[in-house]
Amino acid sequence: MATRHSRSAARLMMAPAVVLLLGWMLVPLIMTLYFSFRNYFPLRPDRVPGWAGFSNYERFITSSSFWPSVQTTLVIVGGVLVITVLLGILLAMLLDQPMWGQGVVRILVIAPFFVMPTVSALVWKNMFMDPTNGLLAHLWRVFGAEPVAWLSQVPTGSIVMIVSWQWLPFATLILLTAIQSLDGEQLEAAEMDGAPPLKRFWFIILPHLARAITIVILIQTIFLLSIFAEIFVTTGGAFGTRTLTYLIFQRVLESQNVGLGSAGGVYAIILANIVALFLMRIVGKNLDA
Amino acid sequence: MARAVTTQRKAINTAIAWAIGLLIFFPILWTILTSFKTEAQAIADPPLFLNFDWTLENYAIVQDRSDYMRFLWNSVILAGGSTLLGIVIAVPAAWSMAFVPSKRTKDILLWMLSTKMLPAVGVLYPIYLLFIQLGLLDSRFGLVIVLMLINLPIIVWMLYTYFREIPGEILEAARMDGATLREEILYVLTPMAIPGIASTVLLNFILAWNEAFWTLNLTAVDAAPLTAFIASYSSPEGLFFAKLSAASTMAIAPILILGWFSQKQLVRGLTFGAVK
Repeated sequence: MATRHSRSAARLMMAPAVVLLLGWMLVPLIMTLYFSFRNYFPLRPDRVPGWAGFSNYERFITSSSFWPSVQTTLVIVGGVLVITVLLGILLAMLLDQPMWGQGVVRILVIAPFFVMPTVSALVWKNMFMDPTNGLLAHLWRVFGAEPVAWLSQVPTGSIVMIVSWQWLPFATLILLTAIQSLDGEQLEAAEMDGAPPLKRFWFIILPHLARAITIVILIQTIFLLSIFAEIFVTTGGAFGTRTLTYLIFQRVLESQNVGLGSAGGVYAIILANIVALFLMRIVGKNLDA
Repeated sequence: MARAVTTQRKAINTAIAWAIGLLIFFPILWTILTSFKTEAQAIADPPLFLNFDWTLENYAIVQDRSDYMRFLWNSVILAGGSTLLGIVIAVPAAWSMAFVPSKRTKDILLWMLSTKMLPAVGVLYPIYLLFIQLGLLDSRFGLVIVLMLINLPIIVWMLYTYFREIPGEILEAARMDGATLREEILYVLTPMAIPGIASTVLLNFILAWNEAFWTLNLTAVDAAPLTAFIASYSSPEGLFFAKLSAASTMAIAPILILGWFSQKQLVRGLTFGAVK
């Protein structure tokens, strides 16, 4: 049993981490809130700083680039989620089957996750999606088709493709871990009772995976809402690939309209917190177990 | 009991899985291959797979032109420094939460997790401004701190889930035998915790190495790591596929190797212990 002495020692040991994270959370958050109510243009001495009330919040959502950016964000996050979860389930079930060289295949499948975002974006952009010298252009020409200028003709789709390649390993790995914890005897019993494969999948495997799928969706959503490098080095936000994150980045650092960008930042924080709330509930339940 | 699987079925599984595995791995393989080609061979149509004159000249050019080693060194310092600093701060915290839990432990853990969910772009300007004011812009020290802070929640969580698996009775027994808190941590806990700590270090080193928001926005020249170095290739000049490939291969090779060792920890670390 913990003594009073060890309890106070424990509190002391927790203090540095708690204090640092508290500072890391509160200081920038309060500053962002403060800026969001100000007119603030650090590079424009001719514009007098002052209180803006809610005008930044209003202007951010009424600007012509707001709704397109929300739409782009939804398409990218939604597209990547659908692709990675569906393919992830199929891949995890495949990798769970008996085969030769399973360990090596798993390594091949997981590898993209370890490639830094700037590298995967640039490699895809140039070596695969380049309309003259890219590998896909070569492939298209083999079949006598006109090469596609991926990042200008289907820019959002191309980014979904690149990001899905990066995140498929994550979904696969987590779903594989979950599948491997499935009780083999249950499946066997179902098979002996004559349940066809599709039914075994629908009534046994899928319900078993439900929690893992939810976790994959929530964690990926949080990371995908803030993808940055993949857009930064491919299109730079052009051709309608400006996500909410990218729009705020441009407002704050490129056009140095700090008030407007900060109001956008507050919206982004609220959005992320809504997703986070669901994730925390699941993780929290797991802590009690 | 495991069912007997026919050899034929196993062969089919193997063929499909290898085909898909190679397809997913292909962009990486292609990058590595291209890094050994000349620029002309890199864009040859039809593409050359293995039948080209292997050369190392791209690696030499990349190093000569842009002082690759400096960026590599920055990546090592940023990833290594932030991870070690994070471990030093997180071990005591995770220890106390795992072995002396209180009513609030769970709330604190969840709150720490919530700081990880804060979108970076929402606090970009304040951090940028603080960095300017404190003279930290483009400094390794500033970036080590930021990377440490963004990974600290994951470090605490991972250590916590590992520490919780260590039976508390052993610690109690040591205490009964008169071990002080210091001795208890140093001689009893640490040896049992080393594997967990090693896994945590590994995963967080990888995460910090690949971090590409703060490293792109808070560095210019002096502290720029490999993520920023590679991003500088986004405005191409002439033929550059082979050089881009050489630079990319060097940037990802160390992490690919480390990553293969950390597959298992990846699941635990990134799901905050919710999937094991």
